[in-house]
Amino acid sequence: MTNPEPLIEVQGLKTFFKVREGLVRAVNGVSFSIKSGQTLGVVGESGCGKSITAQSIMRLVEPAGKIVEGKITYYRMDSHNNRTSAEVVDITSLNPRGPEIRHIRGGEIAMVFQDPMTSFSPVHTIGDQISEALMLHQNMNKKEALERAAETLHKVGMPKPYRVLTSFPHQLSGGMRQRSMIAMALSCNPSLLIADEPTTALDVTTEAQILELMKKLQGSLGMAIMYITHNLGVVAEMADEIIVMYLGKIVEHASVVDLFENPKHPYTRALLRSIPRVDKDIDERLESITGMVPDPYSVPHGCPFHPRCPSLIPGICDVIEPDGVRVDDSQVYCHLYNPEPAAVRQPL
Amino acid sequence: MSDQPNEDNLILDIKDLRKHFPIRAGIFSAVKGKVKAVDGVNLYLRKGEVLGLVGESGCGKTTTGRMVMRVIEPTTGTIRFKDRERGWVDLASLDRREMLPYRKNIQMIFQDPYASLDPRMTILRIISEPLTSNNLARGKELEERVASIMEVVGLRPEYMSRYPHAFSGGQRQRIGIARALVSGPQLVVADEPVSALDVSIQAQILNLLQDLQKKFDLTYLFVAHDLSVVRHISDRVAVMYVGKLVESASKKELFHAPRHPYTEALLSAVPRPDPHHKSTRIILPGEVADPANPPPGCYFHPRCRFAIDICKQEEPILEEICPEHFVACHRAKELSLQGV
Repeated sequence: MTNPEPLIEVQGLKTFFKVREGLVRAVNGVSFSIKSGQTLGVVGESGCGKSITAQSIMRLVEPAGKIVEGKITYYRMDSHNNRTSAEVVDITSLNPRGPEIRHIRGGEIAMVFQDPMTSFSPVHTIGDQISEALMLHQNMNKKEALERAAETLHKVGMPKPYRVLTSFPHQLSGGMRQRSMIAMALSCNPSLLIADEPTTALDVTTEAQILELMKKLQGSLGMAIMYITHNLGVVAEMADEIIVMYLGKIVEHASVVDLFENPKHPYTRALLRSIPRVDKDIDERLESITGMVPDPYSVPHGCPFHPRCPSLIPGICDVIEPDGVRVDDSQVYCHLYNPEPAAVRQPL
Repeated sequence: MSDQPNEDNLILDIKDLRKHFPIRAGIFSAVKGKVKAVDGVNLYLRKGEVLGLVGESGCGKTTTGRMVMRVIEPTTGTIRFKDRERGWVDLASLDRREMLPYRKNIQMIFQDPYASLDPRMTILRIISEPLTSNNLARGKELEERVASIMEVVGLRPEYMSRYPHAFSGGQRQRIGIARALVSGPQLVVADEPVSALDVSIQAQILNLLQDLQKKFDLTYLFVAHDLSVVRHISDRVAVMYVGKLVESASKKELFHAPRHPYTEALLSAVPRPDPHHKSTRIILPGEVADPANPPPGCYFHPRCRFAIDICKQEEPILEEICPEHFVACHRAKELSLQGV
């Protein structure tokens, strides 16, 4: 299933929230694409906009938020002759409550969340919830749907799938709930799985089980994965390409090897140096990033990272927003790599 | 435990500590069984040392930490603590009132910087609580001590009259640390102090904890699930599984040459920030044993790839297989396991 065409393409996406304190530019001009069968890791600290980017693709942004600019294009492959034709769907133009997006959501693009306890309904059995998706997207009857649900649960390594079908979420352990969640997401054979911190709430041995499972399933089902996490160890293991986000913007986009071996952006470098390592002794102190993420109502002018940046160029970084520059094989948004920046832009 | 460090260099010596929670059911709430949350733990801490206590959720690491603070009452066992002023005392044998004078020397830092600070109290009141409740300072002196500890942890003393909501997660954790240190404790129980923080803030707080340890000659019992953090901050590490200690050793030995198969699996499971790392991950089958209904023999045997007959029948005891390396495994001496 290697296809040069992207499966999903995000161009200049801006998702803003109007709240009492002001306007929050949660996602502020983000562009990337995901090819089928590929895993894109999205890394960043809380508030960097990684989850809102995912919610924008799913059109699940809360009412206070709105996609104000940009385009999200989904290329629907015809499974019989995927090479010749792809139907182009403009996700941004769809009604978020309309039938088209509901057809895509859960069917062609599925999502796994961090906390399975809050994403499952507590009053319906696992079987009911997985089969509902199948009946909706695959036109199955209840009996077929339950059969397929059990099959998917078996595929995700659940020991007694038929018993799990009749269980309520609270009767399962954290790891089993997360497996059920993945089973539900995979039951309709999505072409893109968006995983938003799917193992953050789990213990490390359970996390290991889930990561292995996702890699195995991706290999056999050929879906693309957008893997959102703050854990650099997890992306190193899961992703082919990585985007690093800071305050609603991408600061660096690189292959997994380039990002870890030759990080370009000062923020990426600082992040990598600030994590304690299980496989290495770090002498003395960790390198920490000074200050903290500014609050989202008053994002600094110029490069959003400049107040914390050790390589700040006064007069440039605090004034001009950096454009993306190609350095080696990475895309970096930093003035260090672009000595002659374009004209001063109007701050938004 | 023959080769144990002596009475002079220790500050805490825990022996056979247990906490069994009753399971009640039925209309008369009859006791139907018990959850052995902590079941016979032996630990010691040297003065000025950091002991990392690790394990997965439900293994009893937090309960152990809280028993040292006597926030949770131990069922049996001894917790000997060497108080700066009063010498050795068994904390487990004290009643509430007798415990009070020792509290200023044992303090705790909590995981959640949002839940552990009362939103209706000013920062001054929060940080000064260990002083006021023990009548250690009042008035001007109280404020001065709070101001000076705020400065030490990197908070501006002018913020003393503000309320917690005005602070970010990292700053709140600094407030929690200031509260723990204001009374000048000897021992600090830190329960997952950085797990709720973002990566860049986590490094700041870990550095702060290390600086403070040197500055005030503190001893930390550092309870955490993140093995990378534990490797960074600890001198020795103890691993718990279903209420029991399965292994404890110096950091170097535990990470390079673990002797318990559970430790080995735990280390192998941690995702490494290295795209070239070839995963030699050991996937444990099944789930953690139920502490209310544990399997016979070694609690880990149903998931252990080295289990033999004896593991299913006999419970292994914690043995010192080389100096200061304790393991509870029947096959510890013959296995050669992989570290990181």
